[in-house]
Amino acid sequence: MRLFNFNGGVKPEPHKKNAAGLPIAVLPAPSFLVIPLHQSIGGTPRPLVNAGDFVLKGQRIGAGDFSTAGEMSSAVHASTSGQVVAVEERCMPHPSGLSALCVIIKPDGRDQWIARQPFDYRHHSPSDTRAYLRDAGIVGLGGAVFPTHLKISSGKHSALDTLIINGAECEPFITCDDRLMRERADAVLRGIGILRELLNAKQVLIGIEDNKPEALAAMTAAVQSSNQNGMAVVAVPTRYPAGGAKQLIRVLTGIEVPHGKRATDYGVQCFNVGTAYAVYEAVALGQPLISRIVTVAGNVAAPRNYEVLIGTPMKDVMAHSQPLDDTDRLIMGGPMMGVTMPGNEVPVVKATNCILVGSPKLFPPPPPEMPCIRCGECAKACPANLQPFELYWFSRAKIFGKAQEYHLFDCIECGCCAYVCPSNIPLVDYYRFAKSEIWAHEREKESADEARERYEFRQLREAREQQEKAARLAAKTAASRAAALAHVAESHPATNANQSAAEVSESASAATAPDQAAAPTPAELIAAALARARVQATEAKNTTAPTAAQQAEIDAIEARRAEIRAQAQPHLPPDD
Amino acid sequence: MLPALLVMALGAVLLGAALGFAAVKFRVEGDPLTEKIDAILPQTQCGQCGYPGCKPYATAIAKGEAEINQCPPGGDEGIRKLADLLGREYKPLSAEHGVEKPKALAVIDEQRCIGCTLCIQACPVDAIVGAAKQMHTVIAAQCTGCELCVPPCPVDCIAMVPIAEDISNWKWKYPVVAIRPVATR
Ligand code: SF4
Ligand code: SF4
Ligand code: SF4
Ligand code: SF4
Repeated sequence: MRLFNFNGGVKPEPHKKNAAGLPIAVLPAPSFLVIPLHQSIGGTPRPLVNAGDFVLKGQRIGAGDFSTAGEMSSAVHASTSGQVVAVEERCMPHPSGLSALCVIIKPDGRDQWIARQPFDYRHHSPSDTRAYLRDAGIVGLGGAVFPTHLKISSGKHSALDTLIINGAECEPFITCDDRLMRERADAVLRGIGILRELLNAKQVLIGIEDNKPEALAAMTAAVQSSNQNGMAVVAVPTRYPAGGAKQLIRVLTGIEVPHGKRATDYGVQCFNVGTAYAVYEAVALGQPLISRIVTVAGNVAAPRNYEVLIGTPMKDVMAHSQPLDDTDRLIMGGPMMGVTMPGNEVPVVKATNCILVGSPKLFPPPPPEMPCIRCGECAKACPANLQPFELYWFSRAKIFGKAQEYHLFDCIECGCCAYVCPSNIPLVDYYRFAKSEIWAHEREKESADEARERYEFRQLREAREQQEKAARLAAKTAASRAAALAHVAESHPATNANQSAAEVSESASAATAPDQAAAPTPAELIAAALARARVQATEAKNTTAPTAAQQAEIDAIEARRAEIRAQAQPHLPPDD
Repeated sequence: MLPALLVMALGAVLLGAALGFAAVKFRVEGDPLTEKIDAILPQTQCGQCGYPGCKPYATAIAKGEAEINQCPPGGDEGIRKLADLLGREYKPLSAEHGVEKPKALAVIDEQRCIGCTLCIQACPVDAIVGAAKQMHTVIAAQCTGCELCVPPCPVDCIAMVPIAEDISNWKWKYPVVAIRPVATR
């Protein structure tokens, strides 16, 4: 088979030997699981459990809110059976060190599953299958955690030319996919078979870097025994970042996905081997995604791969590999693209392919940053064919529009440019900074546009209301004038028009005067309300202690709501 | 000499005609300058600029009646953008119109709200829901943080709460260059 080449790339020291040599060890449940609700893009799922609830292994504890971006966000599940001790904010495995809502579970040690049933995707519509994968919490396990159900949305109708399975695993230290393919090749292959059927793909190419001969052999044997046509395992040359989706597509098919297009536009779709395995477990075994393979490597005595329950604190995982004394940081991911964790308490999430333990010796502080000499090394190394020095220049100067013109958002943050830069510029840090500034601007712009619209609508409404009020007033005076005229005409048929007009105004004012006296003026109303509020302020009670009348009103409203809900029930998505 | 003058004169006449024609033919309807200025303004609609909203201020700037440094929510960045757009000199924010503050949202203390509807009438973007004698509340996603609802409240139950940083709005910081002591030998 003819292979193609992607531009740039680098060859860092692989550091894979030690961890890849040992079989995957299945870790027991820790003393507490901390399961973040937000683990993939598409809005934070809302919690489905409360503190005190007992949950079973695989029970859904968070699901997307269907009123907002619901169908985007993938569900999260309890990784083992036990009791929910809290639903609270905990520090996230995120460079910010900020907290987000997590479900904390104390395992009961029984590890008791929910009722597991295979999903017969052949007898379900594509949309049912998508909903099933969403509810099983399947996301891309290569590190980007993009919800898988969104990637198969093309459904059974449009055929796909090539399904690419990404087993390249190009980043140093990480060996979780390697071990998975060696040990569970058959299961991975069945997952690939399911994905292939769902996507109706003509051919399947499984790309594995040629520095993993055992994985290549295992997968080739599995393909041969499975008798699938049009499926091939391909050894791709070892060069970082061969495991980038666009790069692997380029190497295997020769297709260069241009700026602003997606791989599916060219009939290609790419999934990670870990994702294929998760699809197999979900569809064939009825098990949602509750664990993943994590490499622990770096500054540890015994680097190894572990099968870890989602939500296990990283320090518990690390402990099995005996970190050395001079450990000073944890990195989630590899040395090229990983991010430093705010602490070692943070949990393993679906995106955690590797816990890289760092020390000053292993990752010495970078030499001081020097000015860019425009040597162009970074452009030669960039696999996305960008001009990193221009991106750097504009990001540094905060000229974000220009950075976007140079396709900042095509940068995959692979770090090749920073790796080769002779001036030691932390280029990717600048790109991340620029990207998040641009996102923030876009959010601001969106809300400003909305505010403008709402403001203009309000102006319009106020003008309309004023007009209507004027019209009503005019109609009212006209009517009362006519009535008065008729009245006057009846009682004094001989009086002239001048007199009658005077009387009309008199009688009109006489008619309105008693009304005014009876109704309290706005000033009085406010004074009364103020007096009430003064009493209320001392004993706040609007929501805590409503009066009997208020309570009755609330009950009536709740009853109406319940009725509406009951009526709407059959039309709601099955999930609710 | 004369032919040269004639050629120049002819050129001037022709160009003038072409320009005049273009001015008539390609005239743009509406006032695009006001729109462009309005697009830069933050749409907080707070009136701190001295106009009853961003659009009126934009109109005033376009007419040359207002300075470009009167919008506190837009801040320094907004002034720079306006200066760029209009080719005017940058000026620091005028102190009489206010100071730039981090964006905040209005929060109504529901325990104390008396349902007077005064804040609803003040809100320029209809971000408050409620009815007479019913507890009111602010739709956070729609509140621009203009503070206009705060003074009318007779029981002072509206507070402006700065927006907290969370994972969804967190930003990578500008890379800092660590200053290290020079190695001495
Ligand atoms: S490699 Fe570094 S010094 Fe060379 S052009 Fe790129 S950013 Fe500049
Ligand atoms: S980090 Fe971005 S700019 Fe740098 S080499 Fe990778 S893709 Fe290119
Ligand atoms: S000060 Fe700024 S945000 Fe407020 S109304 Fe004026 S232009 Fe709009
Ligand atoms: S709720 Fe208050 S602060 Fe928010 S936009 Fe309305 S008036 Fe302004």
